[in-house]
Amino acid sequence: MINFLLDALPATVDWSRAQFALTAIYHWLFVPLTLGLAVIMGIVETCYYRTRKAFWKDAARFWQRLFGINFAMGVATGIILEFEFGTNWSNYSWFVGDIFGAPLAIEGIVAFFMESTFVAVMFFGWKKVSPGFHLASTWLTGLGATISAWWILVANAWMQYPVGQTFNPDTMRFEMTSFWDVALSPFAVDKFLHTVTSAWVIGAVFTVAVSCWYLWKKREQKLALASIKIASVVGIVASLLAALTGDNSAYMVSRVQPMKLAAMEALYNGGTDQSLTAVAWVNPMKQPDYQQQAQPPMRIGLPNMLSILATHDPHGYVPGINDIIKGYPKVDGTREPSTRDKMAMGRRAIAALKEYRTLSAGAAAAKSQKTGNVVANTASVHRICQLKEELRATMSYYGYGFVKDPSQIVPYVPVNFWCFRIMVGMGCLFILFFLAMGYLSFRTPKLPQQTWLHKVALALLPLAYIASECGWVVAELGRQPWTIQDMLPTWAAISDVQSSSVVLTFFIFLVLFTTMLAVEISILCKQIKRGPEHSDENKAEGTNA
Amino acid sequence: MTYLFLQQYWWLVVSLLGALLVFLLFVQGANSMIFSLGYDADTRRLLVNSTGRKWEITFTTLVTFGGAFFASFPLFYSTSFGGAYWLWMIILFTFVMQAVSYEFQNKLGNFLGVKTFQICLVINGILGPLLLGGAVATFFDGSNFVVEKANITNVAAPVISRWANASNGLDALLNVWNVIFGLAVLFLARVLGTLYVINNVNNENIRSRGSVQLVGNAALFLVCFLTFFIHVLLKAGYAYDPATGVITMEPLKYLHNFIEMWYLSALLIVGVVLVLYGIVRTIVSKTYIKGIWPTGIGVILVVLSLLLCAGWNHTAYYPSNVDLQSSLTIENSSSSPFTLQVMFFVSLLVPFVVAYIWYAWRAIDRKKIDLDEVNHGDAY
Ligand code: HDD
Ligand code: HEM
Ligand code: HEM
Repeated sequence: MINFLLDALPATVDWSRAQFALTAIYHWLFVPLTLGLAVIMGIVETCYYRTRKAFWKDAARFWQRLFGINFAMGVATGIILEFEFGTNWSNYSWFVGDIFGAPLAIEGIVAFFMESTFVAVMFFGWKKVSPGFHLASTWLTGLGATISAWWILVANAWMQYPVGQTFNPDTMRFEMTSFWDVALSPFAVDKFLHTVTSAWVIGAVFTVAVSCWYLWKKREQKLALASIKIASVVGIVASLLAALTGDNSAYMVSRVQPMKLAAMEALYNGGTDQSLTAVAWVNPMKQPDYQQQAQPPMRIGLPNMLSILATHDPHGYVPGINDIIKGYPKVDGTREPSTRDKMAMGRRAIAALKEYRTLSAGAAAAKSQKTGNVVANTASVHRICQLKEELRATMSYYGYGFVKDPSQIVPYVPVNFWCFRIMVGMGCLFILFFLAMGYLSFRTPKLPQQTWLHKVALALLPLAYIASECGWVVAELGRQPWTIQDMLPTWAAISDVQSSSVVLTFFIFLVLFTTMLAVEISILCKQIKRGPEHSDENKAEGTNA
Repeated sequence: MTYLFLQQYWWLVVSLLGALLVFLLFVQGANSMIFSLGYDADTRRLLVNSTGRKWEITFTTLVTFGGAFFASFPLFYSTSFGGAYWLWMIILFTFVMQAVSYEFQNKLGNFLGVKTFQICLVINGILGPLLLGGAVATFFDGSNFVVEKANITNVAAPVISRWANASNGLDALLNVWNVIFGLAVLFLARVLGTLYVINNVNNENIRSRGSVQLVGNAALFLVCFLTFFIHVLLKAGYAYDPATGVITMEPLKYLHNFIEMWYLSALLIVGVVLVLYGIVRTIVSKTYIKGIWPTGIGVILVVLSLLLCAGWNHTAYYPSNVDLQSSLTIENSSSSPFTLQVMFFVSLLVPFVVAYIWYAWRAIDRKKIDLDEVNHGDAY
């Protein structure tokens, strides 16, 4: 039976990846709206707090109701991700759990409780707590969500750029040596800023889209216009920040994950003075022949732009896929080893660890029985020191010991290439869109008549989600095959479960989440169609168009 | 702070979270009785709204329990979750269904109907406590797994924790003692759920139905729990030698633990008295509605003492029946001293978290839920 299981492992890897991708992509459908709408409804409720106009209260309650429907799905899909590290990536959980577990636990303690406590006050507390307490609860809900994003992104950033740890051969795992290196890793800071600002973009697009639907249907015009004003300000700020932090993301990626950057750019052969691909044809259906082709067909580049993006120097050196496989010179004058060299070092690390393990077990046994002969013992102690040294030198390539062929470390180029372009393209579009919306809603009173613009806003909503998911696909597929960069490839990170079990849970998740999503969308649409409740005070204010 | 102190401290924290989780399963317990405590659409809605204001806390406690276990005892996380794959997956599925059921069931546009989501709540209400209880019982009865850390140097088969059979953890349910403990947790959740509803919902009919239900559930709970408890006291346990880490079977290990760690016995006894006090007073008195507090605190103490008994005093808390030396102890499965220490400082935030949860709850619960609020106020 066990042998049969071993044969089935490759399938287990693929299905575990598929399952993680499925559940993460679903989770990410709800998370950005939670983060983004939290800002919008916080601002709207602050308007209520300051003016005490019932109109603002109704508006805040309206957006909060939509928030709540979405929030429930975010919570439901999140729990799966957390436990999947144990169920599907158990080796991973052991190998790096000493570092990786901490941010997950901290997230629970400092963020999730904050969210789930204050979200209840926000929903049920309107008539029970003071307006000040209620406003605070609304902001604290959003703050909790944002802190949770911080810690989970610390965890994610650590797998892309592992810092603050060392390998302990006695426990056979990586152990944390510096909490601050992990928690304040520059990669994490950057990921957090880009992810959160991009989520605000989603919140703003959603608000504008819903409001434009009302304008189109000539309903709730006051609420719609007021919301568009708020959302376009949030949107302008957020989309500019997303572009800025995204640019920095690319810079960070080039420094710590050059292979990801090469895949994003379909850069097969690099060099100095690299141009940024503006257009090119990369067949989305198959991995390009990067060894034979010089560059993708029909490529038009923007001169020196990639060098600027990746190195902040127009003449900077950017390695392509083949350079990374063959090894290349680094800025500091040293040479990045070739993939085959890294594989050799990885094997040395594995062999050293194996020997270390046997020797230290023998030494421990000898010690406890006090029998071993002294000469043999000193020899083995000496060898153990040598092995420790060897491990220190090679451990950072440990994962390469599991690689059989250099092609295994090349991620799937087409998906990275296209997803990156979709994200950046949409990012530029959003800046223009929010500028236009801002102008029309503040400066000219014409917005209610521009039906075509209302339709554009509605069309942008699904595109915004696609852009956001594309961002994650770039970030996660681009680091394949590593679950921990250079240290642990996916096939060494899995659990010992039959692929048939993972196939079954995959489809259960697919059906469950898809059904839930369908119900959610249906409820959201009905809720929007029904519109905000107009409280009696609001009607008395008599300001509704 | 020594390594051993930190390991014991973290076992205490994890046990405390586990104990709080069992108390908070009152949400599941009450949900499992939607159709027996609630007799029409209105009363069912009352019940759903009553647990609906607390379910997030139970859910988050489950998540944090998992996260804290991951950070402090990663080898348990990888061995149990990866090995007992189906057991945990089924638990998770039911919690996922529960999470959306509140928000969705009474909303316009729910094309699956109110009843579907109420059934989801009932499924989670029954399977959640039952399977969580079964999983915890394996701390005393053992599971079938093998841990071999050297596998990480085996390029062909690098996984270090394996389940010894193809059941992926469902074999836990073949052990009758695990099932009995699962049932005990289920009936306990129902007892707590009833007490909570009696306290939280201002409705005569539900309250009097609750008192009746309480008798049966409390009796079943006591039978299951005492059976399991006596079994634990009499069975051999998994002891380890602190010097060598070698694990052996020790007759009457858990009885010895309760004697040597007399303070755990004290906790246990106080807990049992509180549990019974809350239940009995609620049953005999027509006007007493605060039973959830003594019983709830009692449950926390009892579960805490049981979990501590499973891990402290050189006891392997996650024993393996197929390979005794693979069993997990707080010493061989914990995080590094550094991580435990960092997390120690983080754990100091917990009282602060508990304080604001308490404050926010009181603000919401000052007035008991009634039909008027469900029909005219903010409600699911
Ligand atoms: C950048 C943000 C972000 C990212 C990348 C993730 N999450 Fe998430 N998660 C949130 C932001 C968030 C949130 C905004 O805080 C949610 C969404 C809705 C909610 O209730 O909280 C949430 C909910 C949520 C919950 C339920 C919390 C509760 O009990 O209230 C869990 C257990 C997780 N997440 C776990 C994960 C894991 C293990 C992830 C990675 C693999 C992950 N999330 C990615
Ligand atoms: C919510 C946003 C996220 C999305 C949409 C996302 C997307 C993905 C995708 C598409 C994959 C599959 C890659 C593949 O195997 O083909 C993946 C894998 C994975 N992701 Fe993410 N991810 C997200 C967040 C995270 C975070 C925050 C973490 C860690 C804290 C994480 C950890 C992993 C792991 C461990 C895998 C499986 C191993 C692997 O295939 O590399 N993900 N994710
Ligand atoms: C406008 C210019 C933009 C640039 C230059 C840019 C750049 C990048 C880069 C390089 C990454 C990969 C980071 C990594 O692998 O660690 C990334 C990730 C991501 N992007 Fe963008 N992006 C832009 C706009 C957007 C927009 C508009 C959205 C969403 C509405 C978005 C959402 C995301 C998300 C969710 C991720 C994954 C999280 C992360 O890795 O930080 N991005 N982006």
